Amino acid sequence: MAKIRFREASIIPGFRLTFGFTIFYLSIIVIIPIIGIYIHTFQLDWDAFVRIVTGPRFLAALQLSFGASALAAMFNVVIGVLIAWVLTRYSFPGRRVLDAVVDLPFALPTAVAGISLTAIYAPSGVIGQFFAPLGIRIAYTPIGIWIALVFIGLPFVVRTVQPVLQDFDREVEEASATLGASRLTTIVQVLLPNLVPAILTGFALAFSRAVGEYGSVIFIAGNLPRQTEILPLLIVFRLEEFNYPAAAAIAAVMMTVSFIILLVINLIQAWSRRRFGHV
Amino acid sequence: MSDLATHPIAGRSVGTTFRPVQTPPTTESRTVQYVLVALVVAVLSLFLLLPLATVFAQAFRLGIGEYLNTFRSPEALAAIRLTLLVAAIAVPCNLIFGIAAAWTIAKYRFPGRTFLVSLIDLPFSISPLVAGLVYILLLGTNSVIGGFLLENFEIRIIFAVPGIVLATILVTFPFIARELIPLMEDQGTGDEEAALSLGANGWQTFFFVTLPNVKWALLYGVLLCNARAMGEFGAVAVISGRLRGQTVTMPLQVELFYNEYASVAAFSLASLLAALALVTLVIKSWLEWRYADQIAAAGRGH
Repeated sequence: MAKIRFREASIIPGFRLTFGFTIFYLSIIVIIPIIGIYIHTFQLDWDAFVRIVTGPRFLAALQLSFGASALAAMFNVVIGVLIAWVLTRYSFPGRRVLDAVVDLPFALPTAVAGISLTAIYAPSGVIGQFFAPLGIRIAYTPIGIWIALVFIGLPFVVRTVQPVLQDFDREVEEASATLGASRLTTIVQVLLPNLVPAILTGFALAFSRAVGEYGSVIFIAGNLPRQTEILPLLIVFRLEEFNYPAAAAIAAVMMTVSFIILLVINLIQAWSRRRFGHV
Repeated sequence: MSDLATHPIAGRSVGTTFRPVQTPPTTESRTVQYVLVALVVAVLSLFLLLPLATVFAQAFRLGIGEYLNTFRSPEALAAIRLTLLVAAIAVPCNLIFGIAAAWTIAKYRFPGRTFLVSLIDLPFSISPLVAGLVYILLLGTNSVIGGFLLENFEIRIIFAVPGIVLATILVTFPFIARELIPLMEDQGTGDEEAALSLGANGWQTFFFVTLPNVKWALLYGVLLCNARAMGEFGAVAVISGRLRGQTVTMPLQVELFYNEYASVAAFSLASLLAALALVTLVIKSWLEWRYADQIAAAGRGH
């Protein structure tokens, strides 16, 4: 009987070494620690778990984290598509610089962004001073949280939509124009549907990053229980009380949501490959 | 030109010396273009450039003397040293992992390959705070492993440097693998097979054939990994315990200064991190511009 091989035949050496090392490293760094979170959560009995995830403070933080993240990701979709459009379609002086600037939130440490945004939007700050006399507070309110989340999520939509726009066949637009469609009709009915998978992926990435974000938010958030307290901060408080099971339970809820979002992204991309032939 | 004089569609006479500027049907009118470009410039300036400029403006608010004073404080110096140490351990670890993972995923076909890729992407979607928390639960002094290490070897992992290194590795390990995998997949195995058939052994094939093929993508990945490793806040914040002068990295020291109302010191230290981010962006853009074809286009965006 022929030997059944785990992998397809190849003369390239080093499979055992690299595969073994990859699995070993992943196990130590991610897999075992993440299983640990769920094990710690299961040590709670069901009633205790329910009490944690239905507590008013938890629910308020959950609502704030998810609400602000969704609103920020939506704004990122609108502005991100516009930025991607302008960067791929128009040529103007400084385009390359702007293109590089889009990645700033990836490169700038979150704590640095956090204190800087707070300085800008505090009542005495560069922008905050214009709103303070109107009685509008930005820093230390949910609006401040939203601004921080817009900042960190901005590159995701731009960077997912940009390659699709770049590769889009201009002949399709020409055909649409030849058939008498106005420019707006072409964009809305011909171009935009092709961007939907990329937009959804960008939204999901920005959203999931925003839900877990900590560094850039805590400085500008104010951190008042039930008002401006985000989910990750709740984990920190539980840890400081050495209430590890509660911290693990909150983390397990957040992580489960992350997994669901990851699954959704994969489904979108599988659907996109079938429907449009690209990711 | 007589037939142009009374243009049938325009329905009015068009002079030979005057031709109206027409927008091609596959682009927008000049006005729309100007408005959109202006809008994008305004949004990017407000949301991205202003925060960056503010870091430096606040750092130099009280003059260069005060700015430099920050870097005479032992706390700031210890934080800079620790950050460099952590990056010097975490980045090489992730470099080796990135190469091994890319080799195994790009050069072979085996069941579960796509699942492995998803696992590598995982840190992008979990909160950095959760990343710190997992090690506290696993290796804290109350846990089985943490207790064992402390009792028998007096090794502390949580609230100590090893924990900070571990958390940093977890948050930054996808960066290098992510850059290498799509490129090495594109390149296939032809070059390696040729080298092997000419008598090279595995290591020779890797160092003289594969490595030169991917060197720019590798540099690109190391750059991103390093920037993130030096700037990581959330994961390190929960695991460090903030023992002054011992487990405080640069971003944590920024927070400590800020919470003590030492605003200039906080922004001065932050300006170093912002400068690192700027240098990273410049080199990254240069690599993208110069070696676009040698850095795979796929998988950009983290």
